[in-house]
Formats: sequence, C-alpha cells, structure tokens
Amino acid sequence: MSDTLTIENPDAMARQGQGIIDCDIHPSMTTPDELMPFLSQRWRTHMATYGNSLRQGLANTLSHPRMTPEVARADAWPPNGGPPGSDVQFMREQHLDAHGIRIGVLVPLRGTPGNQRNLDFGIALASAVNEWQVDKFCGPEPRLKASLVVTQEDPAAAVAEIEKRAGDARYAQILLPPRSTEPLGRRRYWPIYEAATAANLPIAMHVGGIGGHPATGAGWPSYYIEEHHSQVQTMQALLASFIFEGVFARFPTLRIAFVEGGFGWAPAFSWRMDRAWEKMRDEVPHLRRPPSEYLRENVWFTTQPMEEPFPARNLRDTLNWIGTDRLMFSTDYPHWDFDDPAHAFKIPLEDEERQAIFSGNAARFYGWA
Amino acid sequence: MNHAPSPSNFTAEPLPTRGGIDCDVHPPAPETDALMPYLDDFWRQSFEMRGFNRLNLAMTASPPNAPINKRPDWVGRDGEAPIDTVRRAVFDELGASLAICNPLHGAQILHSDDMGAVLCRAVNDWLAEHWLDRDSRLRGSIVISAQNAELAVEEIERRAADTRFVQILLLSMNDEPLGRRRYWPIYEAAQRHDLPVAIHAGGSYRHAPTATGWPSHVIEDYIAQAAIAESQLLSLVAEGVFARFEAIRFVFAETGFMWVPSFFWRADKTWRGTRAETPWIKQPPSELVKRHVRFTIQPADALEASQIERTLVHLDCDDLLLYASDFPHWHFDGQAALPAAFGAELGRKILRDNPLATYPRLREALAKEQTA
Repeated sequence: MSDTLTIENPDAMARQGQGIIDCDIHPSMTTPDELMPFLSQRWRTHMATYGNSLRQGLANTLSHPRMTPEVARADAWPPNGGPPGSDVQFMREQHLDAHGIRIGVLVPLRGTPGNQRNLDFGIALASAVNEWQVDKFCGPEPRLKASLVVTQEDPAAAVAEIEKRAGDARYAQILLPPRSTEPLGRRRYWPIYEAATAANLPIAMHVGGIGGHPATGAGWPSYYIEEHHSQVQTMQALLASFIFEGVFARFPTLRIAFVEGGFGWAPAFSWRMDRAWEKMRDEVPHLRRPPSEYLRENVWFTTQPMEEPFPARNLRDTLNWIGTDRLMFSTDYPHWDFDDPAHAFKIPLEDEERQAIFSGNAARFYGWA
Repeated sequence: MNHAPSPSNFTAEPLPTRGGIDCDVHPPAPETDALMPYLDDFWRQSFEMRGFNRLNLAMTASPPNAPINKRPDWVGRDGEAPIDTVRRAVFDELGASLAICNPLHGAQILHSDDMGAVLCRAVNDWLAEHWLDRDSRLRGSIVISAQNAELAVEEIERRAADTRFVQILLLSMNDEPLGRRRYWPIYEAAQRHDLPVAIHAGGSYRHAPTATGWPSHVIEDYIAQAAIAESQLLSLVAEGVFARFEAIRFVFAETGFMWVPSFFWRADKTWRGTRAETPWIKQPPSELVKRHVRFTIQPADALEASQIERTLVHLDCDDLLLYASDFPHWHFDGQAALPAAFGAELGRKILRDNPLATYPRLREALAKEQTA
C-alpha cells in the first residue's frame, strides 16, 4: 500500500540526530517564588500582595483547562519533585541527551511579563525572567539558549531590555506573545523591530498571550479543542498584520518565527493574501511586492505540532509550497503534544532537507551559521 | 491600480457554467426607507420619528465601495434596475438556471432584539416582493438575527411555507461562536423544515475580528473571514451540533475553501488528543464536516491551477463544493467562475448535483418543472 509509513530505524535516526536544534523547549519554575531573587523589594512585595493583573477572569490559570496537568507529558515529571521542565538535570537526560539535541531554545511561558496590565510590574518581571533563565538553565547547561522576554505594550521599556542584553549570546531571540492588545504589526510596536534588527536578534512568536480579545474572530470558544486550534487563526492574523502594516517593507532584514502555530495553513493563506492584494493594493501602497514574497523572505515556522495530512504523503505538497528552507524543528518538550524527532515526519525526507529542517535552517535563523 | 483578473496562470479555458445553480448572489441591500411598507404602525412611526428610515444599514464587513465588493462590469449600468443587472450577469452571461439571493443587511446585527427581528422580517418581505415575485429563477434565504433565537425561529416559521426560501442565512460573526447552545433553537427549526443554514462572511463586530485585536485595514478583515469560518466550523463540531441534529446541513458562503484541507489535518489531529473533553464527538471533525457542511466556490483563492488541483486531491471529497458567482463581488473576470482546474466531471457536480443534494427545495422545484 502506497501510504505505508516508512519510519526509519529510530536508533539510526537518533544517531543521525546528533546536532538537532530544538526551537521550542519550555523551562519552568520549581516553585512560584523562584523569580523573587531577580525582583527588587518593591516588586517582591507587589507580587506577594497583588500578584498578576491580567486581561482575564481567572487569577491563577488559563481560561480553557488543558488535557493534562501542566500541559505536560505524563513521564516528564522530574523524580525529585517540581513540575515538568523545572529540573535541568532531568531535562538533560530525558530530552537533550536522549534525542541528540545540540542546541535547545528555551521559551518561558510563565511569569507572563508581556501580558501584565501593570506595565511597571511587567517590566520588572521581564528582566527577572530573562535573568532567571540564564541563571537556572543556560549557566548549568550551555546547550540551552534563552529567549529575551519583553513588555511589548511598553515598547520603550522593551527596547531598553533588548539593548541591555543584546550582546549576550545566551539570548537567542526576542519573544513576543501573539495575543497582544493590538495586532503586533501596528506602528506602536515598531521600535521593538527596529531594536531587533539593530541587535540582529530574530523574533519568535510562541502561541499564547492574553490580549483581552476573544480567542477567535467568532467569539470565545467553549472547549480546549477550539482554543488549541484558535492559535492557528491567531498566527494567520498576526502574519497578515506584519505584512499589511508594512513591517517587512520597513525592516527588510527582520526575521520572524511562528512557534507552535502549525504551518499547514500557510500556503492557502498566502494565496488568499495575494488574491486580495491584487484587488485592494491601493489600500496598502507601502507594500512593494505581493504579500507571499514577504512571507517567503522574512518568516520561518517551527514544526511542532507536526501537520498530519491523510494520507501522509500529502505533506509533500505543503513542504514544496512553503519551502523546506523555512521550517525549523521543534519538540515542545515537556508538553503533552511533544514531537519526537525520530517520528515527527511521517514521510521520507531527502538528507539535505532533513539537515536543513533539523538544524541548518535554525542555525541561519538565529545567526549561528 | 487595483486589478482583479482571474489569475493569469489559469491558462486553460474555464469550464462552462451554463445550467448551474448559483448559490451565492447578493441583491443590493435595500435602503431603510424601502422597508417601511413592511413595518407595522408602531415601528414605521418610530423609524420616521427618529429619522432611522433615512439611515443606511450597510455593514462594515462589506464596505459598499471596496473594489473587492464590486466587479466593475457588474455595477448597474445607467438606468438598469438592480434585478436586471443580476439577470444580465448571473443568468445571461454565466448561464445560471437558478440563483439563491443572500441579502447582506444590517438588520442582522442590530443590538435591539425587537428592531432586528422586525427589520429582518421586512427584508424577507421585500426580497419576496421585489425579487422572488419578479423572476421565477430566483430563490431566497431567510434573513434572521441570531442574537435572539426565539425571534429568529418565529421568522423561520413564518417564512417556511414559502418554498422559494431555500435556506436560513446567518452571518459568521455574532455575539458568540455559532455552535453554542443559545443558537440551537435555530438549528432545531432548520432541521424540522429541512432548510440548510448558510453562514456567510461578515457580521456584527461585537468584538475584534481576530484574537490579536483590531487590524488596521479592510484587506486584513477580508482575509480574516476564512479564519473566522474555521473557528465556526470547529465550534459546530465541538459543541455537538452535528451529534444533536443528525440531518442538519450548513453552507459556508464566501469564506473560501482552499484552507479546508489544512483545517481537516489540524482538527482531526487535535481531536485525537482532546476527545476526552468532548466525548459526544464520535467521528473525526473532517468526517462530520464532509457529511454536514458545504462550501461555495468563490472566492477560489488560488494563483495557479495546480494549487486548486492539489487542494482537491487533499479534500478527497466530490460533494463539498457548491457553484457560486458571489455576484457582484469581484473574484474573477468574464465568465471564469469555474476554473478548468476543477475538471469537467467535478465541475458538473459543483454546478448542479451538489446544490441539488444540498437544497431539498431546489430538488422539489426541479421535479415539479419536469412533471409540468
């Protein structure tokens, strides 16, 4: 049967995998007060007294309950206690060594500095999360790189945080939440992109954020299956915002990665953008080329959660349409929908494609090549 | 300079559309004043007193003058009545045998339950008198406001006996996702009368059209309509609408279809991981959608024929697509409503078989015609 999967020998794959760059690993805190040492007394008191102030009703958890505790793989809980992703040694053994990860890019989701309504608290948290990552993870484990988190709602403070750490090679990228208070292509955010290009730091947009808007353009969904999928639509809107606001026309060297938002949607979405642009290009005269060309030059996608067409061979069309030079492998360790590098692709890849997707593209994206 | 040709890479002659059933035609929305004859004394006096009868209720979702909304040669010529423009474009040029009118009118998005309901009713009366009575090839959609399901059901009941109304028309942006239980009385009525429910691009803008907030440009809003359709599809699946209403059919109009395969891949995969949350979903989302949902073919957002060809392979289902010109919106030039990439065999299904399978009232009309 032509659709039979050819999974190569996992052991051989693991050996071949020496040198994988994993673009999405989630670090976590052993206890919630782990950030305290990185905050001033003023903000330690604030955190202990008032806590987070977010654009949502629940104080301590997300709006839609996930399918597993801590959104984690059942086997990712470190034996010595603490939540998944909180123990460097266990992460090293279970993930980095086991899967041959040469470099792992940390994407911290807790602390949520970009989502804070109190901007000053957000600024303090951003700095704390940045220092906590390198202190807890990058120091003990040099294979791990940090993400520079910033308060996008206060672009001047974001720029200051970027400039402060720009020369520190332990930070691989600037991290922004896709769900901000406004679409991130809008001009108020441009100082961040100017600082990113000046520092030659790429920008990653990892799914999530609490911008205060319903999770879909249809309104607030009821279930996690919808909320999970709505990340795709959010990424689409974000991509359109960057392109049609003219961010890439203004900052042609800006590199942006869409992390954990899928990629199967990108081809049809780019055709739709191009077709609409043919009709309404005079509304966006700052675009000098079709939208798809900006997508092709300025945007990368991480692979997890891997698209699973049926039959699997249809993935080949998607790869051809997007270009295998634009996909960067990611696992989402230690989360429940983790992609194993030996099994993520259910179609055969050429050696060159495999090398590009599993490390070469990321090395170029991060400026390590 | 704006230009919206059929993609130049579509080199092959488009398929003929003669005899087709056009499932998405937009008669120009009536001015409010034209609806006054259909209101009772209270509402007529109230509208006149408040000057509401002189206000235009076009929706921002389809800005009346945006190039995407008006194919240049489908703008009424001097002295041409709107119904004659439809006759010229939809019936004479494109050769449709029947056409379903979807009036896009602000009556569907008013905040007042009562005012919305009376205006929707007036739009339906107006459609019957000024369009359906005047051309036997025209069919209508029952315009309702989803905001108050009880009043919406009243209008469906009032209109259902007129078999020229072949479906119920909803917009894709409402207070809440359309799968939620507050809307189920509408689906119960739809199933009872065997009326498909069309969900058309556009809507109320009670919240931002994207999860990232309010975009700056019309082009972003327009593009977002496909994403909103994806969210509505998944809402219908996740809330169990298809489990509760086994015979219900939805038609997604003017929201595209090229995105459907990647929606299937993602939705089915996520369902496998999350199905414990929604145990009433017994089949993969793609199977439920293939059974209960249809998509109109314009806009066919492709730049090259191969993109449509491969997308059809990915869809792997000949029943999903319905012919539509989306008159007067500008998605193609000349008579190229049905690109050759669909293939002659599927083209025939899209033109007639699929619409007939979707709309029982069109089948009945056809049967009557044949026995007459």
